[in-house]
Formats: sequence, C-alpha cells, structure tokens
Amino acid sequence: MTNEELFEKINARFGEWIIEHDTFRDELSVTVKKEKLHELMQFLHDDPELKFDYLVLATAVDFPDRGERFYLVYELRSLDYKMIMRVKTRTKEDEPVDSVCDIWHSADWDEREIYDMFGITFNNHPDLRRVLMPEDWEGHPLRKDYPLKGRPEDDVWLDKHLPEGQLKKPRHTRMP
Amino acid sequence: MNETYRVNNEREVIINVGPQHPATHGVLRYVVKLDGERIVDSDPQVGFLHRGIEKLAENMTYQQFNPYTDRLDYLAAMNNNLAYAMAVEKLLGIDKEIPERAQYIRVIMAELGRIASHLVWLATHALDIGAMTVFLYCFREREYILDMYEMACGNRLTYNYIRIGGVARDLPDGFMDKLKEFVKLFPKKVKEYHTLLTKNRIWLKRTKDVGYISKEDAINYGIAGPCTRGSGVDWDLRRDMPYLVYPELDFEIPVYDEGDVYARYLVRMDEMVQSNKILEQCIEKIPDGPAMIDKPEYVWEPKERLMMNNYALMKHFVKVVKGIKAPAGEVYFGAENPKGELGFYIYSTGEGKPYRLKIRSPSFINISAMPKMVKGGLIADIISVIGSLDFVFGECDR
Repeated sequence: MTNEELFEKINARFGEWIIEHDTFRDELSVTVKKEKLHELMQFLHDDPELKFDYLVLATAVDFPDRGERFYLVYELRSLDYKMIMRVKTRTKEDEPVDSVCDIWHSADWDEREIYDMFGITFNNHPDLRRVLMPEDWEGHPLRKDYPLKGRPEDDVWLDKHLPEGQLKKPRHTRMP
Repeated sequence: MNETYRVNNEREVIINVGPQHPATHGVLRYVVKLDGERIVDSDPQVGFLHRGIEKLAENMTYQQFNPYTDRLDYLAAMNNNLAYAMAVEKLLGIDKEIPERAQYIRVIMAELGRIASHLVWLATHALDIGAMTVFLYCFREREYILDMYEMACGNRLTYNYIRIGGVARDLPDGFMDKLKEFVKLFPKKVKEYHTLLTKNRIWLKRTKDVGYISKEDAINYGIAGPCTRGSGVDWDLRRDMPYLVYPELDFEIPVYDEGDVYARYLVRMDEMVQSNKILEQCIEKIPDGPAMIDKPEYVWEPKERLMMNNYALMKHFVKVVKGIKAPAGEVYFGAENPKGELGFYIYSTGEGKPYRLKIRSPSFINISAMPKMVKGGLIADIISVIGSLDFVFGECDR
C-alpha cells in the first residue's frame, strides 16, 4: 500500500479530525486531534489491511511558544505489510491524553518516559510514574525551558539526598 | 512495590535483586515479590545511569553528537554510529548516494560489531549462570575484532569510525588480511562454544522453558532483535527494510519458536555464523573507490585540503561552529543492532542542530517486558532472563 492509499484510507474515516498530514523522505505523518487519538490507533492496529501491530516508539516534542505546546509522536510499523507511518497529536501542559497502553504494551514505558521528561499525563495509564529521573525530582528535563546545566532549585534535591560535605555543589551558569 | 522486606502475609516477601548483584550490571534495581521461591510480581527500576544524552543532542551540532552515540551501547559502538549516521543521512536526503565502498566497509564494521557484542553477551551470560571457561574463550576471540577496530580507528572501546556521508578514512593496509584470517578461524571457535554449552545438562536446566514469552506478546511488548526471533517472529530490518548493501548479500535469519532463554541463546549463536558468512562475501565483493561522499556541504574537509587551502579552512570553520544545514522535517531510521532495533527519531527545524532527537533503545524496551517473562518462575530464573535479554545500561538509561 502506498502512502497516498494509506492516507486516503485514514482520511475516509477520520477526515474531520485530521489537523494536517505530510510525507517527508517517504514517511507519512498524520496529525490528529487528541480526542480521536485512541480511536485512530485502535483502527490502525485492528484493520486487517493495515495491521500496525508494532509500536516502534512514542515520544514528544516541545514548542514552548505555541498554544498547544507538546507534539506527541508515535511511530508505527506493520510487520506483515512492511509499512511504517507516524501519528501525531498536540496537547497542552494540563490536558491529559488517552493512553495507548491497552493497544500496544510497549507504550507503557514510553509514556512513562514522556511523563517523566515532559510532564504530559495520560488517561487510563496503569502505572504512571517517573522512569529515568528520581521519584521525588521536580521539573521535567526535556522541556525546552529547562536549562541544559540544571536549575538552582535542583540543589534542594541534592541537599535532601546527600548529607553535608559529601558532594561539591555544581556552580550553575545560565544558558545564553 | 517500593518498600523492601515488607511481609504482606505469611508467605509473600519483597526483595531487591540488584543493583549490587553482578548480573544486574550495577545499575538495575529489580524489586521482586516472592511467594517462597516463586515470583509473584516484579518491577524493574532503571535510570541510575541517566546522563541526559537526548538533551545534550539538542544543544550540539549533528557532527558533534556522533561520538556520543558510542557511549550508548559501548559493546557495539560502531553499530550505534552507523544507525545515527544513517538517520542524519536520511534527513539530509543523501542516504542513496553513499559510495559503494563506504557501504561495504560499513557492513564489515557492523557485522564485526555484531559478533563482538554477541561474544560479550555469551561470555557474561554464561558467567552469570556459572560457566567460567566460555567467558575466557569469548574474550580471546573478541580481541581479534578489537585489534581490527584499533587498526581502523585507533580505539578499542568507543570505536568511532563511521561518519555522516561515509567512513572517516579508507581501511588501513593489512586490515583485509587480518579480516580474512579471522573469518577463516571463527567458525571453529563457534563450534567450541557449542561443545561447551549446547548439550550441557546444567545449561539446559537453567535455560530451557525459562523466561517464556509468546510470539504475540513479543510483538505487543515491542521487543526487538534476537529476543523476538527466539519467539518465532521472522523479522530482521537488514532483510525486511533493507539498508546499505544488505540486499546484495546472501544470509539467513535464524528463527526459533520456543520463546525461552535457550531459543534466544541459539538465535544469537546462529547469528554469529551468519555474520561471518556476510563478512566472507564482503571480502570478495568490496570494490575500489572513495570512502566518503563527494558533497562538501555535508562532510568535513579532508585534512590535506585544510592544510593547503585557506578557503577550505574557512568553510570548515563555519561547518564546525554552525553545523551542517539540514532541511526542516522529521525522520526515523532504525538499524538492526546486536541488541535489537536501535532507532533515531530526528525533528529538525532547519538548523545545524536537531530540535529533538529521540533514541529508540532496544534495551529500554526489552527490560520493560521482563516482568512478563519472569512471572511465575523461580528467583534464580531472573539471572538467566537478564542474560538472555542482553541489555546494556548506557543504552537503556541514555
């Protein structure tokens, strides 16, 4: 199935919910409104002509100066038909997105990582906690407004977990 | 599951396996709920080695990030280089124009990396379960490969040789002779490993019917590479979504249906033989020609030109400081690495650095499936399963 045919098939059913789509380097990306994300994913997974049974990755991209600042990105693959495609959606900081854990189990840790690194929350996620950062860490490091060299507030965490004199505190310099 | 040593009822107890246990690499905390010796529930906790590599990538140019990829899976650094370079090439739109010689050199490096990585896996997996001799044998053979890598790029651990657009320089004199020697010698060595383990009674008891995962679950849990092929999933990116010159080479994809630790062991053993077969063909087929693409806007100037030509030096300076100009857009490229599919997702806004770079690391996904594999098994099985999944924490925690 070519990218055009694939898009036509999605468009026929979810046309009014699709915000934009494009094909770059032979990869189809479809951006859908977040209310319909779960339904579209279920359709892509179950349809016998598509069978996107493998979730390659899920991640987010942060655009702090846009209204809906986060783009959620899902890379899908159909092992039977050797197809790939990308589904995207947009969300704000305080608006949770429906989890796709029940469709692909591999979304479990990916969504935990998105929550950890970007602070996006998910509805119906079985176990939403931090995965890479410490559990009581404040802030979400992969947001664009989180400085590369850390924040002065991070010292609070260090003070709490490392007793006096065990570690030299890092000198914080602001990014240009 | 965070309180340890808490007795829920008369029988159930929660303990930590790792991070101190040698089999957990020092950075995996595995909280296990036990009923006697049976595992009721478990929870792998990662992140102790998190270095924020994705954040670093967003703050440096495409070329500068290249050596950081070595530190992901440091047992197959060359394969990581390859996946990253090809992702950037796909973004730039030059992935079809890489010179053929460079492609063959890349295949040679990737397959040597696969053998080297599998040798370390076999050595440490066997050592975790208690077999010492295999450990010594495997590291002996790995030295051959490291010697070859040292000839090519000068390093023995974080070997960084593959560049965006080709490879750093052509193969040095004597490399091919050494490779021929290795290719001839290696099949005999694999037989030695088989003699030691494949029909060994202790090995069979520790690995057969342990850590089972079905074909459907393997796909649903997103496991990649040899771990899925041990569950009967006939999928390999080198064949099914081909890149480089793999379509011109003749090799088989080993698949076993059992889905246990033993099947994953057999898959990797067969893969080493197939990699050796690929190397044999590469030695015969490798053509002459340049080892780097002829597109000065994307690659660094050759050193000879830099020293002689002032204009080249200026251009080089701009490229180093500002980075190569990539088009706006987003791409994903996944390569078949020894541990599974390593992929790079790049979101570019048209600058010299990636706006967002996400690493799809096989180890991270494979660990997330561990609770499924060990549930209902014995506590000693955890060690077998950890070995069979072959994860590296530099890659998992990034």
